[in-house]
Amino acid sequence: MASQFRGRSRGLVERSLSTFIHTLQHTIDAEQIAKKKGLLQRFDPRLKILGMLPLIAIAALTRQLWVIGGLFGVALTIALLSQVSLRTLASRVWLGVLAFTGLISVPAVFLTRGRVVYILPILGWSITAQGVRAATYLIARTETAATFSVLLVLCTPWSHVLKALRVLRIPLVLVVILGMTYRYILLLLRTAHEMFQTRRSRMVGRLDGPELRRIATASAGVLMSKTLQLSGDVYTAMRSRGFCGEAYLVDDFRTDWVDWITLAMFTLIAVLAVWFGR
Amino acid sequence: MHIPDGYLSPSTCAVLYGGAVPFWWAAFARVKRLLTTRLVPLLAVASAFCFVIMMFNIPLPGGTTGHAVGVGAATVVLGPWAAMLSLSIALLMQAVFFGDGGITTLGANSFNMAIVGALVAHLVYRMVSGRTPLTSSRRVIASALAGYAAINVSAFLAACELGIQPLFFKDASGAPLYAPYSWNVSIPAMMIGHFTFAGLAELFVSGGVVAYLQRTNISLLQQPVSMIGTVSAVGAQPSSSTGWRLMSPLWIRLAMLMILTPLGVLAAGTAWGEWSARDLSSPEMRQRIQSASQNVAPPMTQPQGLERLSLIWSAPFPQYTSVLVRRRAFGYALSAMFGTGFIIVFHLLIGWVFGRPVKHPIKSSL
Repeated sequence: MASQFRGRSRGLVERSLSTFIHTLQHTIDAEQIAKKKGLLQRFDPRLKILGMLPLIAIAALTRQLWVIGGLFGVALTIALLSQVSLRTLASRVWLGVLAFTGLISVPAVFLTRGRVVYILPILGWSITAQGVRAATYLIARTETAATFSVLLVLCTPWSHVLKALRVLRIPLVLVVILGMTYRYILLLLRTAHEMFQTRRSRMVGRLDGPELRRIATASAGVLMSKTLQLSGDVYTAMRSRGFCGEAYLVDDFRTDWVDWITLAMFTLIAVLAVWFGR
Repeated sequence: MHIPDGYLSPSTCAVLYGGAVPFWWAAFARVKRLLTTRLVPLLAVASAFCFVIMMFNIPLPGGTTGHAVGVGAATVVLGPWAAMLSLSIALLMQAVFFGDGGITTLGANSFNMAIVGALVAHLVYRMVSGRTPLTSSRRVIASALAGYAAINVSAFLAACELGIQPLFFKDASGAPLYAPYSWNVSIPAMMIGHFTFAGLAELFVSGGVVAYLQRTNISLLQQPVSMIGTVSAVGAQPSSSTGWRLMSPLWIRLAMLMILTPLGVLAAGTAWGEWSARDLSSPEMRQRIQSASQNVAPPMTQPQGLERLSLIWSAPFPQYTSVLVRRRAFGYALSAMFGTGFIIVFHLLIGWVFGRPVKHPIKSSL
């Protein structure tokens, strides 16, 4: 019992620390991939958003499995041309999505009514053709849309993604808020990491369940206090630098003919996918 | 509960984006007017908090752990409108940057967790806490229940959205195109997990944060940040332009919608599934029902339950008309005014009962 509690108390802190470190590592890796010289990295961020968002939507819209497969092939090709390894995609997207969506879709193979194609020998459960198609639709759609989303973010510095959102007529103030949110997520992650690291360095005894919960909720309360304090500090700093409610962005994007040809290719793929996927 | 891309049909996504946009607009307008220049840093930092709080592992009874969304705690401290925006931005960051939840389903996720979640949490917190002092343990219970109720209502909505997919969206072979489970599977599957693990995680975080703030920084609980134009805790300049000016666009739109309600007269026939018991015995209506139901004939006799239940309540304005009103279009407009007026009076009543300000000697000090 004692070892169980010790394991649990360590587990809580360790797991939270692991989550924070994983998230920070994720952002660092993304920034490194965004610096590579690949197809998507050199593509103008505004045109990249205009070209890739429709592909994500079409992956969720199309009614033909082979079209979803084709879009997945396009995503793989873009990934390779952008120097994003398949291993990176597998670890960041495919395995996670497969584990989650796969688990959800497996019962559909048995529960969906339709033409029986196979009966499991011992259990006697019927696998239907419609069930297999339903599960394949779900997994294929989710994998394809997630691959496009991750490629968009991995190959573009976050600040550029946000600036490029202006092309979708998203209000400037919202773009500024999103940019600051990203920055303060990293800061608060570091704060939370330090809080839990400090707690771990002081833990020598056993903690029971209620005590562990008290630590977790108190940490959340501390973080909330720090958050609102930080908001006040940031506001003061912004005011002292002349902020009076108006936000500005330095728009330094430039397009050339290669960008427009790439956008034309993306648009052509999207149109073909819509046409054949009806 | 973060619905990924591919689980919902485009039309469902569009409808839920459409449902979320007015709330985002109203919340943004309200918070912007109240917070003025403080809007940008407060929302940015609060969104970052919502994002990080979703990563906390909360130990649960039985030795397992769960993650909370933080909707209860965020609503109690920030108020429903700022919480709505902060949670939506956090969900956007999760979807775009970490692939948790989808881009096409962002509207649905925001509607479920950020918008409905924040409103439910606010309502439950106000109802349970009543006019108790800020240091009262009832506030802790209220916050915990608010988080628990909010997460479960959000999960129920998500389950309903997933559950309607196989009913409406199938390919030629009959295979579901999106989420494959109907309501009889999606609702129990979703709710069991949320009544227990996820709900408990939310309950502990919401109650625990309020209990902690009661001990250490009670000024943060004094009045939600977005309700008073922030708090002294963060030192904002409240704007004087509230009331009519803030709400006037909403009132004007509401009036226009009421004027346009007679357009309903133009729609022919009865909406699918809204038949009365009498319709089922009319040969003409039976023919219409059959043709509207993919040639499936309705039952030959009136269903007993339908017949019995239809006698329980007689509406004062059946079919949006009254015996006192001859013109149907006027009846529609009158019904719209009556319904809207009733809802407004009901909300004023709720606000009067639960919304009287709490007099508390504690001044904010941050």
